[in-house]
Amino acid sequence: MSSHALGDTAVLTGRSLRHILRSPDTIITTAVTPIALMLLFVHVFGGAINTGSAESYVNYMLPGILLITIASGVAYTAYRLFLDLQGGIFERFQSMPIARSSVLWAHALTSLAANVVSVAIVIGVALIMGFRTGASLALWLAVAGILVLFTLALTWIAVIAGLSAKTVDGASAFSYPLIFLPFISSAFVPTASMPGPVAWFAENQPVTAIVDTLRAMFAQQPVGSGIWIALAWLVGILAVAYVFANSSYRRKIS
Amino acid sequence: MTTDQSLEPAIRVEGIEKSFKDLHVLRGVDFTVRAGSIFALLGSNGAGKTTLVRILSTLLHADAGAATVNGCNVATHPHEVRQSISLTGQFAAVDEVLTGRENLILIAQLRHLKNPGHIADELLARFSLAEAGNRKAGSYSGGMRRRLDIAMSLIGTPPIIFLDEPTTGLDPQARIEVWQTVKELAQGGTTVLLTTQYLDEAEYLADRIAILHEGTIIQNGTLAELKQLLPPAKVEYVEKQPSLEEVFLALVSDKDNSDGGSDSRGEGSVRAGKDLP
Repeated sequence: MSSHALGDTAVLTGRSLRHILRSPDTIITTAVTPIALMLLFVHVFGGAINTGSAESYVNYMLPGILLITIASGVAYTAYRLFLDLQGGIFERFQSMPIARSSVLWAHALTSLAANVVSVAIVIGVALIMGFRTGASLALWLAVAGILVLFTLALTWIAVIAGLSAKTVDGASAFSYPLIFLPFISSAFVPTASMPGPVAWFAENQPVTAIVDTLRAMFAQQPVGSGIWIALAWLVGILAVAYVFANSSYRRKIS
Repeated sequence: MTTDQSLEPAIRVEGIEKSFKDLHVLRGVDFTVRAGSIFALLGSNGAGKTTLVRILSTLLHADAGAATVNGCNVATHPHEVRQSISLTGQFAAVDEVLTGRENLILIAQLRHLKNPGHIADELLARFSLAEAGNRKAGSYSGGMRRRLDIAMSLIGTPPIIFLDEPTTGLDPQARIEVWQTVKELAQGGTTVLLTTQYLDEAEYLADRIAILHEGTIIQNGTLAELKQLLPPAKVEYVEKQPSLEEVFLALVSDKDNSDGGSDSRGEGSVRAGKDLP
């Protein structure tokens, strides 16, 4: 059964990548909101925000913007999975002798590919807006690794949402809190400026650890112990979401 | 293989029960389907036809009872069952974003067949979709979509095919095309289990007809056997007028199609079927 798992996943991934290529608007929509936020923060709010560092504000906020890009991108993953479930095509796949896991993995890999493109677009715009980094190739690869982990963790949350949603709107609603989470973190303003309980939440939620790590990498600063907290969050969320996604998949197909 | 098929029925259903919460959809269904025959499961909406097809195609677990398809138990050996079946669900299961040809290639690849492109082209030609092959399936008419759907089901020539209400929502011409395809399949040795709510469809296509009503099979037999359940036919004079379907087909279609249409006319037994206990 598992002998075909890779081949089946490749075929099904090819199928959903074709969906994206034929409606690239989903990738563009994913990139437009973060770019608008970036323009808003850099050119409207940015002047009044004191980050306490010598960096330009676009450098400061890009990590948070990238996380928002991914959080809104995975909404489409849930949406695509939900549409497959609604149409008859999902049942056709389930009644065929294909590896059961390949259907979900195809959506997960497609999600990864789509988010890589969206993130690349956003970074491109940030470069035009003055984002600069002296990061080496190794640091860029580390940044990419963390963003890939973040995408996969959120993708499996999206799979849970897509599998359990009753309506199209419900399928993507899970992403709103995820998109909002960076605002209550160190992504746009230092947490020290927030009132007590909010600051406590901001300092202890995963986005702050991830944002601080990415920011340190872009600035070629030492990442300290923050990277381990970030990785622990990412691997933990990924593992829990993966287990829950697969158990709700099994409930769905049996 | 062939000796097996002649002894063992292609599908054997014994005491299948299924409830959704308090709703007892299937209350002990039994029947067998001979290999290479067309078996029609007739029933009104909500009779449980789709639930039964979903159980037989491994999409749903039964609460009680057992079913074997091509000699394999659907509950304990679902993967083996999936090797020998193909399901055409109630709603055309095609990928609307892909072209017709890409849909066929996708299924051929998932069935791990060689030359998926060649298989796709052959099926497009066979189902008169060659010209539309490179158009998105989303732009197809209902009949074309259904033909593509059935063509996708034939890839890999599974010995058993489930057709769940294959002609619901089709216009009369498309319906006749589907009927012809089903007949050809059975002639080629494929076992077909089809569900339908149309009495004339069961009458025209099926070797055996089972009537599913309130969760059980209340009658199961050939058309002739079912007709004998009612008192012998009285001879009455009835003026033979063309049905609207015949008029419609004669007006809109070429000669070939209207011939196929006149085959399907039963002589009043359609109405009699409704009065069975």
